[in-house]
Amino acid sequence: MKLAISAQGEGLNAQTDQRFGRCPYFVLVDSESGELLESVRNESAGAAGGAGPQSAQLLSHRGVEAVLTGNVGPKAAHALKAGRIKIYTGVEGSVCAAVQKFNENKLIAVSEATTSAHSGMQKGRQR
Amino acid sequence: MINLAIASGKGGTGKTTVAVNLALALIPDYDNVELLDCDVEEPNAHLFLKPEFELEKAVGIPVPAVDHDRCTFCGRCSEVCMFNALAVLKDQVIILEELCHGCGSCAYLCPEKAITEYNRPIGTIKSGSAGKLKFGGGYLNPGEAMSPPLINAVKKMIQPDHISIIDAPPGTSCPVVSAVSGCDYCLLVTEPTPFGLNDLDLASQMVSKLGLPAGVVINRSDLGDDRGEKYCRHAGLPVLQKIPFDKELAGLYARGEAVVSHNREWRRRFKALFSGITGNKKEVSRP
Repeated sequence: MKLAISAQGEGLNAQTDQRFGRCPYFVLVDSESGELLESVRNESAGAAGGAGPQSAQLLSHRGVEAVLTGNVGPKAAHALKAGRIKIYTGVEGSVCAAVQKFNENKLIAVSEATTSAHSGMQKGRQR
Repeated sequence: MINLAIASGKGGTGKTTVAVNLALALIPDYDNVELLDCDVEEPNAHLFLKPEFELEKAVGIPVPAVDHDRCTFCGRCSEVCMFNALAVLKDQVIILEELCHGCGSCAYLCPEKAITEYNRPIGTIKSGSAGKLKFGGGYLNPGEAMSPPLINAVKKMIQPDHISIIDAPPGTSCPVVSAVSGCDYCLLVTEPTPFGLNDLDLASQMVSKLGLPAGVVINRSDLGDDRGEKYCRHAGLPVLQKIPFDKELAGLYARGEAVVSHNREWRRRFKALFSGITGNKKEVSRP
């Protein structure tokens, strides 16, 4: 399965980011092989609004089937659902560790938002 | 005749007080004074003027609706929207109406002509009069963030042969730029506090970028320090009026009344403020 992990940097050793729409990078990983496919810069991380749906669109275009993250807002959850992308929360540590947890079924599958709108703007907002 | 914007960087400095008193001070001498409340997020000039409204009109912005039968999900609409109001996901286009600025790019550039626009109401404009004073204002719907189109609708009510006093919103962002753009003069109301000074500086930069001649009114002028005045001297901004922190003024404000209606001296001062503006405007616009 093609996974996207919200991350603070590039590659498998990057730290995961708790924010979905406003994480600086998405690291795309193949869940079966654990192989790094691509690190994608999230251009909408600093958007005034609509970062979640834009991120979902970015991942949908790349054929991502599931996202591993910390939290998703209502607009992001709605968009991911429309793109038929599964949502798993509870990541911590590195991208690598998140993939491992996913493979061990230790992440939480969610279908609704886990946080309120704009909550990703409060932490680490860059100007 | 003259479009005069009353603005400020900081909120709560006394824009509406100045706008209302200035308008009422001119009423005995002029038959063509109007006040337009462009602070559509928190309109309050009507509380002081108590106008009788004759006209009320809903204002909306055009937002996209996608015909999913025609749409090929090519993503062009989302690509051209600079406000992230559309996202294309597999076989669905998600529209985030509250982010849409109504520019129409998505509908115009859709290769399949799959996007039509409909009107989403954002607020109302009202017009009427308070005695001899003509009044107009915009009232943004609660929870709505998109105020510039409503402000522009209020400004369309400006009558060219009038002394039009425009009560602008606070700040220096899009709504303020919408309110003050195209005016002949901008009066900046400030207060002698660090916040007042900081925001006066921002407002002063904004008006100079817009090429608007400007002057300053210092409200609660006997409080705080004189850094605001020094700033004005340095920036070449004339201080046209100082309003002290006064119990009578505060009491009248709290009751929703204008001081010029009660106090001749203040009527004289606000008339002098207008002369200061027109004199200053001529000076500034001279090549």
